[in-house]
Amino acid sequence: MSTIETTREARPRKGRAGAFAKALGRFLFAAVTTYLGLLAVTFFIGRVVPIDPVLAILGDRAPTHVVERVRQEMGFNLPLYQQFYIYIRGILSGDFGNSVLTTNPVMIDIRRVMPATIELATLGTLIGACVGVPLGVLAAVRRGSIADQVVRVIGLVGYSVPIFWLALISLVIFYAQLRWVAFPGRIDIVFEYTFTPITGFYLLDSAWQGQWDVFYDVFRHIILPASLLGYFSLAYISRMTRSFMLNELSQEYIVAARAKGLSETRVIWGHALRNAAVPLVTVIALSYAGLLEGSVLTETVFSWPGIGLYITNSLQNADMNAVLGGTIVIGTIFIGINLLSDLLYRTLDPRTRNR
Amino acid sequence: MMITRLSRKFRLLSAGAALSLLMMAAPSAFAETPKDTLVEGFAIDDIITMDPGEAFELSTAEITSNSYSLLVRLDLADTSKVKGDLAESWSVSDDGLTYTFKLKPGLKFASGNPVTAEDVAWSFERAVKLDKSPAFILTQFGLTGDNVTEKAKAADANTFVFTVDKAYAPSFVLNCLTATVASVVDKKLVLEHVKAVTPDAEHKYDNDFGNEWLKTGYAGSGAFKLREWRANEVVVLERNDNYYGDKAKLNRVIYRYMKESSAQRLALEAGDIDIARNLEPGDIDAVSKNADLATTSAPKGTIYYVSLNNKNENLKKPEVQEAFKYLVDYDAIGATLIKGIGEIHQTFLPKGQLGALDENPYKLDVARAKELLAKAGVPDGFSVTMDVRNTQPVTGIAESIQQTLAQAGVKLEIIPGDGKQTLTKYRARTHDIYIGNWGSDYFDPNSNADTFTSNPDNSDAGTVKTLAWRNTWEAPELDKQTKAALLERDGEKRAAMYEDIQKKFLANSPFVIIFQQTEVAGYRKNLKDFKLGPSFDTNFVGPIAKE
Repeated sequence: MSTIETTREARPRKGRAGAFAKALGRFLFAAVTTYLGLLAVTFFIGRVVPIDPVLAILGDRAPTHVVERVRQEMGFNLPLYQQFYIYIRGILSGDFGNSVLTTNPVMIDIRRVMPATIELATLGTLIGACVGVPLGVLAAVRRGSIADQVVRVIGLVGYSVPIFWLALISLVIFYAQLRWVAFPGRIDIVFEYTFTPITGFYLLDSAWQGQWDVFYDVFRHIILPASLLGYFSLAYISRMTRSFMLNELSQEYIVAARAKGLSETRVIWGHALRNAAVPLVTVIALSYAGLLEGSVLTETVFSWPGIGLYITNSLQNADMNAVLGGTIVIGTIFIGINLLSDLLYRTLDPRTRNR
Repeated sequence: MMITRLSRKFRLLSAGAALSLLMMAAPSAFAETPKDTLVEGFAIDDIITMDPGEAFELSTAEITSNSYSLLVRLDLADTSKVKGDLAESWSVSDDGLTYTFKLKPGLKFASGNPVTAEDVAWSFERAVKLDKSPAFILTQFGLTGDNVTEKAKAADANTFVFTVDKAYAPSFVLNCLTATVASVVDKKLVLEHVKAVTPDAEHKYDNDFGNEWLKTGYAGSGAFKLREWRANEVVVLERNDNYYGDKAKLNRVIYRYMKESSAQRLALEAGDIDIARNLEPGDIDAVSKNADLATTSAPKGTIYYVSLNNKNENLKKPEVQEAFKYLVDYDAIGATLIKGIGEIHQTFLPKGQLGALDENPYKLDVARAKELLAKAGVPDGFSVTMDVRNTQPVTGIAESIQQTLAQAGVKLEIIPGDGKQTLTKYRARTHDIYIGNWGSDYFDPNSNADTFTSNPDNSDAGTVKTLAWRNTWEAPELDKQTKAALLERDGEKRAAMYEDIQKKFLANSPFVIIFQQTEVAGYRKNLKDFKLGPSFDTNFVGPIAKE
């Protein structure tokens, strides 16, 4: 470590800034091309699927002359490349078009549904990290023991079982049989018209307003889907924690620390985990991004009115503006979190700064 | 040592987990919906607008008819008749062209504005000028944007006069006026929300008639008023205290979007919803065995059918078409796949409509089908495809037909797809065989008779894209008879004409009609007076009460 520190200090400051700018430039270039690719693929898949978008706008039984009129109004009679051009032009001016289903501008819809997804994914990640990290540490410390095996099996199940299946099974058990959690949805209809959200994050809002009955109800709604998402990310987080910890535990400084007579607790939590925490930040951030985008199926099963459900419904109704808008927003979040975790990583671990 | 430590930790962990679960479980006594609120689980994902001048979907029809009033409504006691809603009485001129409606006195919209003949006239004008999907129900009487103010006008505050272009059967005209497109909107209120539009070739008017606002807004006078619609989430209705008729018993009705039958059943059993509207046979069984729950059903005007595209050389042959009618195992389908949600019905007019024929002459008869196939020159059968929407019961029926066809040597390949996908293909008539459903656009025999027989231009660019057109089938004689039935003013004679058309259609057409849908709902027993109506827009929630 110290040698690298020296090298770093030895380098002229200008070069460091230049390297950073270069990294940023590379990153932006990658982001823009990813974006364009995302746009093009989603747009063309949306137009090539054998579904008539006019059907979505008019319903199943519109008479012919109305269908023809709308087809022209919407520009669906134009060649694909022209439609794509018009679409890109719209996006550049901040116009993602209107959703067929809700008739609102897509961006307004997304702003409305996003808090639900963020709230769910945040709680999911918190659960995943709070349980996953200790489990990973336990598995690494007791490498090869029963505990290690158990953690690996837990991880394997979380990794390989389809989340919607787990969701359905858990609904049957915890909602229908045991009645420990509330009905799918975000809030009970009893509160639907007595509770006014401020930020859109219901847990925060209800706590802020001191409406504890609402808070409890929201909690009973969110806990099962959040736990499932948490389990899903736990699988990833615990596995990565285990391997980072094993790596750290084999380092010389751990041997030195033990030789100095430090307690095992301090060696593991104070030294090893502290160093493993740096790559873990990236892992947790990525798993957060994954939950934001991967909650599609969970949201569908739990009727959770977030972006996942929004996109699923839009897809089923061939509401392409909404699908494209949703995809772009999720893409942006994904790219953004990637950048953020990258920057965080650079800040936390000086070794990576000049790479 | 390690095991002891571990098990201690595990004990701690499991105790903690149990405790937290207990805490979560403790206050969750039996969930129940509020006493003044009705909650229905319903697949409301077909709703795309709440504007009665534009909406043409099944779920919207139910909401609209609960929240808007019409001049006349179906008489639920005898669905071949209509009764007054806003109209107190009406008369038809001797030449059969002019209909004069007298409104009931003292009517009010939910907004408090009075309901006048001017509102009725403007509602007609608005629907015709908007020219959205359901507008044809009115324009088929000769209304155009240019003449509608003359042909649908207020003679005075209480008298509305409607002039049609031909001496149609009065039952036909009145039945069409029960369609939701003829709902009366609050002119004054809507005018406050119109959006200015620059006229162009498509839209000749300088405003949007409040269309944008009414997509989610409300301007009616029904038993309930629309409070909110959030696409694929919820529809909320609230009692309209200005309603002229029997006031609704409950304060609020909430339609929650739930697509899955099993999810609806779970929620119904748990008491989180009062009514489950989209139950499949297995779940209906379970619900009917539960002591707290009950089921109710009513035949609906929706017909499930298989159609053979005449573009396919084999399917075009009359003998092959007849053979297909003998290659469906109606009994097995009736006993299993549609048990509780439909009954075998082989003609295009659903039971309950004027002139519906209750004859089911076809049974599974492989030997007879083989003879017919031999006669058609395909004794060993042939291969053919069928586009199937991947929802029940159509998937199950398609598989059953696949098996029975195979017995006669016909190899059927099923092409599964999403609803919108199969429909897109069907509308472009690039299918071989299609399995689907059809519900009447309005509660009159002409709706189905016309779509199943009329095909004035069979080219791919055809101007009238009926079901007959979609299957490249021409039946000029039947079409002529259908048109004639429209002008028959004697109800009984008119019914007899439709019976005759159905008989000919049964014997010779590329449509294998299989069953008529029965709508079923499961509900909690504390509900009183919950009934499903005979059509999709007659499921009224006003009379429902809770104990």
